[in-house]
Amino acid sequence: GSITTADGSALVKLGNTTVICGVKAELAAPAVDSANKGYIVPNVELPSLCAERFRSGPPGEEAQAASQFIADVIENSQMIVKEDLCIANGKLAWVLYCDIICLDYDGNLLDASVFALLAALKNVQLPLVTINEETGLSEVNLKQKTPLIIRKHPVATSFAIFDDTLLIVDPTAEEEDLATGTVTIVTDEEGRLCSVHKPGGSPLTGAKLQDCITRAITRHKEVKKLIDKVIKSITPK
Amino acid sequence: SVSPGDTSVLAGLYGPAEAKISKELPDRAALEVLLRPKVGLPGVLERSREQLLRQTCEAVVLGVLHPRTAISLVLQVLSDAGSLLSCCLNAACMALLDAGLPLTTLFCGVTCALQPDGSILLDPTAQQEQEARAVLTFAIASSERKVLMATTKGSCSVEEMQQCLAAAQRAANTIFQFYRDSVRRRYSKS
Repeated sequence: GSITTADGSALVKLGNTTVICGVKAELAAPAVDSANKGYIVPNVELPSLCAERFRSGPPGEEAQAASQFIADVIENSQMIVKEDLCIANGKLAWVLYCDIICLDYDGNLLDASVFALLAALKNVQLPLVTINEETGLSEVNLKQKTPLIIRKHPVATSFAIFDDTLLIVDPTAEEEDLATGTVTIVTDEEGRLCSVHKPGGSPLTGAKLQDCITRAITRHKEVKKLIDKVIKSITPK
Repeated sequence: SVSPGDTSVLAGLYGPAEAKISKELPDRAALEVLLRPKVGLPGVLERSREQLLRQTCEAVVLGVLHPRTAISLVLQVLSDAGSLLSCCLNAACMALLDAGLPLTTLFCGVTCALQPDGSILLDPTAQQEQEARAVLTFAIASSERKVLMATTKGSCSVEEMQQCLAAAQRAANTIFQFYRDSVRRRYSKS
């Protein structure tokens, strides 16, 4: 991947928008009420270097809303089933810390973040972990690595709305500032909707929304082909 | 204060008032939404909900009539028994109405739960939300029942989403009637 110290990583450029995602896997005890589930913790950061409107300091509303959106996409699409991250029921499970950092903000952050996350998770290689029966300690075998089981491949498509008549796909920062609203549709490979995210903005008729959804489904196919091509080209041997 | 079933949200609207110089916008009012959960401090979930509510309100409030002012909407969750986001949306709209702010359109929040057997349930309880395959929340505008805000939890097919949207648009009529009745009751006394 792009980050050598991470367990999986990916760098995505969507026009000028550049987003890098690094996934680190750590071990932890699962929660008491869900003993067979691991954790996935996404975190989106918008550092002040990516655009002049972001100041350094605690995460702003946009970063927090984006983090929540990514967490929802992972949960809704079931791309990683938490039960797959469990190593020993009630004792040991994987925690995947997914850090998504924007390096250059030129609009359409959500689409780029979802792609980066998907590509990084496909890049992750988890070492084999066994629990020694006698000592009860975990033994990590770094030589034997297996990729993550990714069940679904969600792809996000964002539209900028102008006065509820004009729709622009994949808006730049300038288009987003001038737009009167945005819609983000996340679809998976079966054509099911994982998320329809329309945070306010000018109203849309049901027909216009349906139009967005159909375009999102078409775009999904193109993006999935691209991701598969890239992953195949970097796989060793 | 709005309570469908046992979910209860208290909304307080302050404004248009003088804005801090760092927050004021030269051509329109600056809208701020604060959502306080019943227990604990506001976290990432509250922030994303605040963003949804803020952008929905910004789309309806005629901010250009009050430039360089601040409008603050504070929502306090009193009890949560499901359909919280749509309750917040309804409380926000009623607060905007009560304050007499100029609006382009009214809006109402409707939550639909898609049950495992495929049937649609409106305004689900917390238990029904947990069991549902997908929970969709829409903010429907009063002019032509257009979609102002949409957010989904869980996955559903495109047809199911359209069916939920149609059901939400029908339910919106009942809610708008409730707004009219409440406002009529309020102003008939004075």
